[in-house]
Amino acid sequence: MITKLVSKRVATFAALAALAPLSLAACGGGSSGSSGGDASATVDTLKVLDYYTDEPGKTQIGDMLTACGTSIGVGTIEREAVPGPTLIQKVLQQASSKSLPDVLMLDNPDIQQIADTGALAPLGDFGITADGYAPGPVAAATGADGKLYGLQPGANTIAIFYRKDVLEKAGVTPPTTWAELRTAAKKLTVGKQYGFAFNATADYEGAWQFLPAMWSNGGDETDLKTPQVAGALQLWKDLVDDGSASKSVVNWKQSDVNDQFIAGNAAMMLNGPWQEPALDKAKVDYGVVPFPVDQAGQASVAPLGGEAWTVPMTGDQAKMAKAAELVKCMNTDANQLLRAKQGGLVPTKLALADQFKTEVPKMAGFTDAVAQARARTGKLGAKWPDTAKIIYTGVQLVLTGQAAPADAMAKAGG
Amino acid sequence: MSDTKTLAPAPPRDAPAPRPPTARRSGSRRLEEITKILFVVPAGLAIVALFGYPVVKNVVMGFQDYGLKTFFTGKAPFVGLSNYVAVVSDDVFSKAVVNTALFTLGSILGQFVIGMLLALFFHQSFPLNGVLRALFLLPWLLPLIVGSAAWRAILEQDSGILNVTLQNLGVIDGPVPWLTSPSVALVSVILVNIWLGIPFNLTLLYSGLQAIPDELYEAGALDGATGWRAFWSITWPNLRAVVSVVLMLGVIYTLKVLDIILGLTQGGPANATQTIALQSYQRSFVEFKFGQGAALSNILIVISLAFAIIYLRVNRRQVDE
Repeated sequence: MITKLVSKRVATFAALAALAPLSLAACGGGSSGSSGGDASATVDTLKVLDYYTDEPGKTQIGDMLTACGTSIGVGTIEREAVPGPTLIQKVLQQASSKSLPDVLMLDNPDIQQIADTGALAPLGDFGITADGYAPGPVAAATGADGKLYGLQPGANTIAIFYRKDVLEKAGVTPPTTWAELRTAAKKLTVGKQYGFAFNATADYEGAWQFLPAMWSNGGDETDLKTPQVAGALQLWKDLVDDGSASKSVVNWKQSDVNDQFIAGNAAMMLNGPWQEPALDKAKVDYGVVPFPVDQAGQASVAPLGGEAWTVPMTGDQAKMAKAAELVKCMNTDANQLLRAKQGGLVPTKLALADQFKTEVPKMAGFTDAVAQARARTGKLGAKWPDTAKIIYTGVQLVLTGQAAPADAMAKAGG
Repeated sequence: MSDTKTLAPAPPRDAPAPRPPTARRSGSRRLEEITKILFVVPAGLAIVALFGYPVVKNVVMGFQDYGLKTFFTGKAPFVGLSNYVAVVSDDVFSKAVVNTALFTLGSILGQFVIGMLLALFFHQSFPLNGVLRALFLLPWLLPLIVGSAAWRAILEQDSGILNVTLQNLGVIDGPVPWLTSPSVALVSVILVNIWLGIPFNLTLLYSGLQAIPDELYEAGALDGATGWRAFWSITWPNLRAVVSVVLMLGVIYTLKVLDIILGLTQGGPANATQTIALQSYQRSFVEFKFGQGAALSNILIVISLAFAIIYLRVNRRQVDE
């Protein structure tokens, strides 16, 4: 009995292995639904792991996965969601016990580090490309070997949120240059209301929030000891020294910044579109503009956020092929638009930008920013975490008066 | 020795020894020995599996290049002392060592002195004693992460309740940068840890006090030993064993404190609240350099071990007395 069963399994496996390249080629051709007909009969479950544990995202992602499972002919999607900060640890545990999921969602700055370990399958093997995608998501998902390891349906970034009524009353227009930001912030600092709030904590979040200033000023993560980076540090320092931003920014996470904004303790803040549900719930009348530039003529460059779907190397070729189909389904035009509208994201396919802007005008500012958004790991790949540590330490050294902007990064280990 | 005092004629110590062992007897004795060992084996195995293995693994990991890749390839090449060199030569290390010492010393001192005073206070009988004592245990029941989040809100510079209250009372002119100034943050973190550690000290010292027989105080009072005199001559000597346990465990618990600092400052601002334990956590679970994280925790193990040995020596002397 048992031997019969095993030999049957081996036979199926061999057959599938032979079929795989054919069905994948068909996938690449674009007719994903019908292609692997023979293979799909045997794959009836796919395990998925992501970090959308909170509503409404949890249900939205779950529904989309289920719908995609049905459309590619996989009956059951066994989905597991773990809290964001524990996702990588979970993946590592699964990797060492050889129980990786068939489809894995990863935060974009983590893709290269995980791909570097050999845990992910290059999507090119399944005929998937990222043609027509914004450059940021592609750079984030491209490994050191030049292969694509993930497809990111939606992206976000950070920009300046401002309270429309407060600015109007003070006769202040949303800033477009650093000088305007400083003047506006100073003018808006009245009583217990600070003009501007941002996050400068001793973690990756603090580093991420510094990037718009650093990149817009021409600073580069491959060399932090440049006048451009020092200039950005100087801006952070000036805002705090002016009294326009609280000294507490070294201890405020992005959620704290949003709380301060909602409470009316900040007239402007640097934050992302994922805060919009909370802002809408609190009935805050806000507007969004890209992060200002130092001098007119510079381009505002914001860091890319959002998650990509990847296919781990589980060894089961048939399942991996189906998993790739699921990743592809999560990235169809319709699903990109749906996910963007549900989750406060921007579709990553550039061709969808105009349609999205007309349908969701309030995201127009973010839509333009995402098209230009730069991936944190684009240049450094798996070396990004070390650099992020230097950045947030440098920022904290400057804001607490332990170092001058010019030598903060060197003092932080850069 | 107490058994010399017993009046009943004690059997000679090695009475069974001279008796010539018959074959059957030695067999049953061997069986008895084996049975004894068998009873200890499960406990021994559990200790080896639950404590021995992780410690040995951690020591070995300290010499390995154990990173993200290891989980996928299973390969962790040995790299000699390079993990130790990397963590010790990091600028943050010396700061973390000093902070760990200050944090441990300050926390223990505060927790112990306040815990002791409260234990003495509650040792007297007065109405609502039990209720009040239970209230003092609250910090112990609170999940650490909740405690640190609450304290982060309380210590917030601009709108935190502590600064607002102190300012309204006219105690301070401007807000105190509890968690945002590198020179104050460590003190704040220590204060919060003291708050968290008081129940532990209170409970142990209180039960220690309860174990001291009242007759001693009555006899002492007859000889004129009351108040401080009674404390130094009766309470303190009788409490010494408990005190050494409290301090010993306190040191080991405090050395490894992580959640409070993570919740309050993440080691910032500008590394002002970095400790060896926090560094170890960050290397392992944020940067995924498990070899370096293991190296740091091995350093902590050695420090804890030093304290444990001191404790054992002190304790042995007490038992010998």
